[in-house]
Amino acid sequence: MKARVFVTLKPGVLDPQGKAIHHALDGLGFAGVNDVRAGKLIELDLADGTSEADIEAMCRQLLANTVIENFRVEQAS
Amino acid sequence: MISAVIVFPGSNCDRDLKVAIEAVTGRAPAMVWHREMELPAGTGLIAIPGGFSYGDYLRSGAMAARSPIMQAVTQAAGRGVPVLGICNGFQVLTEAGLLPGALMRNAGLHFVCRIVGLKVETSQSIFTSFYSAGEEIVIPVAHHDGNYQANRETLDRLEGDGRVAFRYTGEVNGSARSIAGILNTSGNVLGMMPHPERALEAAHGGTDGRRLFEGLLEAVAA
Repeated sequence: MKARVFVTLKPGVLDPQGKAIHHALDGLGFAGVNDVRAGKLIELDLADGTSEADIEAMCRQLLANTVIENFRVEQAS
Repeated sequence: MISAVIVFPGSNCDRDLKVAIEAVTGRAPAMVWHREMELPAGTGLIAIPGGFSYGDYLRSGAMAARSPIMQAVTQAAGRGVPVLGICNGFQVLTEAGLLPGALMRNAGLHFVCRIVGLKVETSQSIFTSFYSAGEEIVIPVAHHDGNYQANRETLDRLEGDGRVAFRYTGEVNGSARSIAGILNTSGNVLGMMPHPERALEAAHGGTDGRRLFEGLLEAVAA
């Protein structure tokens, strides 16, 4: 089974990388970009039957820093 | 005094820290590889060096904070053993949950490598007892992820409890409330982005880092 973990900065946490991307898009002439936030996508290839609780534990213990980041898990069988 | 410098793959200030500790204490620290499960018996000081452990993969300090030796470091910290984390070491300590908050990409996006002014916020700690509160010192920084962030309650608590050890005197990296170094609740764990081990001898261009190690030595020896 596979799972995709999306790690994003919490709202309100300053995202310098998103700001730099935004600036570069402006430089390329793309008008109308209001804001950019950068995150991470982590793809896990898991043993069948890995529980949701186990995946959540992986996120909390390592994949996301919950002081500054949120995470969302998408499972695909 | 038996001291230990923790070495991760990608640490690069481990030797500088060893030289600084040996210069002040007269005894070379044990260099402890991250795969070890135990610290040398009787370790009275643990230092976590700067560098780019695990290539800063995932987040700065994230992998190192979960390496085997960190369980022993966490246990020792709980027993009151002094733990000093410098630069990447500070990032490791926040990732390990030994200090609150997080260190994010510098607000200006650039790697900052220069000598900066610091204000010593408290002399009431084993790390800062040889400085005066309010004293201004100069210490080098060299980091990309030194932008200290925590929620407002945490920042208020750090300030209210006298746990902000150092603040930048000018703008460096966007850190909340200009925080450069913080203490844990018991006062035996310090994380700081500036490098006191690079300001030990006159040949370094400044000696303001030396008193941190001298104060620690006196506290540990007492």
